[in-house]
Amino acid sequence: MSPRDRALLLVTGLLAAYQITFGIDQMCITSICAYTVAFGILLVSSLLLIILGFEVLESPIVVILATILPLSLSFGLVWQYFPAGRDLYFGFALAGLLAIIITRLLPMFGKISTVVLALVHGVSGLVITILPLVLVIQGSMPAGFVLLSLGGALIGVGGLLLSFLRLGKPILSRQQILTLLPVLLLLMTAAYVGGFAFT
Amino acid sequence: MDNFYMWMVALRTKFRAYWPLVKGLQTGLLVSTGLGGYMSARCPIHDWETLTGLLISLVASISGSTILNMWWDRDIDAIMPRTLNRPLASGQIQPGEALWVGVALSLFGVGIAVLMSPLFGLIIFAGVFFNIVVYTIWLKRRTCWSIIIGGLAGGMPILAGRVLGVGAIDWVGILLCLSILFWIPTHIMTFSMKYHADYKAAGVPTFPSTYGFPTTRVLVAFSSVLAALSIGIAAYGVGMTWGYLRVLIVLSTGLFALAASSLLRPSERTNFGLFKYASLYMLSSMLLMVIFGVLDVTT
Repeated sequence: MSPRDRALLLVTGLLAAYQITFGIDQMCITSICAYTVAFGILLVSSLLLIILGFEVLESPIVVILATILPLSLSFGLVWQYFPAGRDLYFGFALAGLLAIIITRLLPMFGKISTVVLALVHGVSGLVITILPLVLVIQGSMPAGFVLLSLGGALIGVGGLLLSFLRLGKPILSRQQILTLLPVLLLLMTAAYVGGFAFT
Repeated sequence: MDNFYMWMVALRTKFRAYWPLVKGLQTGLLVSTGLGGYMSARCPIHDWETLTGLLISLVASISGSTILNMWWDRDIDAIMPRTLNRPLASGQIQPGEALWVGVALSLFGVGIAVLMSPLFGLIIFAGVFFNIVVYTIWLKRRTCWSIIIGGLAGGMPILAGRVLGVGAIDWVGILLCLSILFWIPTHIMTFSMKYHADYKAAGVPTFPSTYGFPTTRVLVAFSSVLAALSIGIAAYGVGMTWGYLRVLIVLSTGLFALAASSLLRPSERTNFGLFKYASLYMLSSMLLMVIFGVLDVTT
């Protein structure tokens, strides 16, 4: 890992730590917990990537964490800004989390685990991308809040690149993906922090 | 002018030779704990005299005792591949000179501390004494438990910083000291697992060589939990607001996860990751204390 990558990851970790410390205090307790989990994953992942390098991405736990991140972020958003969908999304988040853990840790599920992953990752990514956009269009939130949608789109791009790489059908070469990853992580975190600053 | 230039070159060469002797990163980490302990009292940061005194006394006493530790251990350093290039083991610095510099720095650090506050000075002295006499000379070559008993030395800078801030030994200071004491096994045992063969060749007893790797991993996990709990309760006692506590909880969760991973799926890489993460964890916790101390005073 190059010094540039380490520097980018360090800034990502610092931004995530900033958001956990100062950026979510004014929200409701459930959303605070959800956002703490999401930004906490970003913080600890950045530190582990700095320490252990990109090889840490080979760990099976990474797939689970990479899904919990958008799942918890989208759950926090739904809980805070779409009260009518709270119960439904809570059920989806809980079931999705359990399904991912079970299908990832037990080897018998084969391709089902990929389907579950794509479904949970896809839905939560869409919620992060679409919900802030809708709220801005409705005029419920200021225009800057749309940065969260940008973050959602970036997490989708990162997730796709890594998923295809792990499936053995990479869209870009492994080296290109690893060069892009710290930039994507930083931009995504900055977009989330920026978006929440408008709440 | 030529003389000045040559003097500067000689000074730079000396500094470069002594830098590995004072273990810059380790000293920096311990100084950061002292600063964290001081700022946990939410002392005014603009009291530059006290802050400068604290930093000078910590840097001098920790560097001095580290040099004395290396001076005493130069024979075993020369045996271990990891340490045989150290300045004393490789003969770059003469033992007599290192002894003189180590004693002078330690005395200077303790002296400044005593002048600032007798209790602060006593704790700084205790740190030097535990590191040199109890850990290095008495226990290190006799028992693997030296890192626990001698580890008290590592807890002294944070206690000293806290004492300088509040003027007395309080329960928060003791918990902060305990957090370092519990953190040390995580730091040192993961290191001794990595360099297990080196320590064995030099005849230094370690937990892996005495109790085996599985038991050592259990102890590492146990000490990680205790360290995180101590620092968490101390942070709460300091009055840290929820935002800071959330970051501390996140960082502690990372420490638990790595310790659990090292226990369940032991590997060289996980062990190394835990060793590095433990240092980052401690540094981050101290930074949180400092930032909280600064912002809490200025806002």
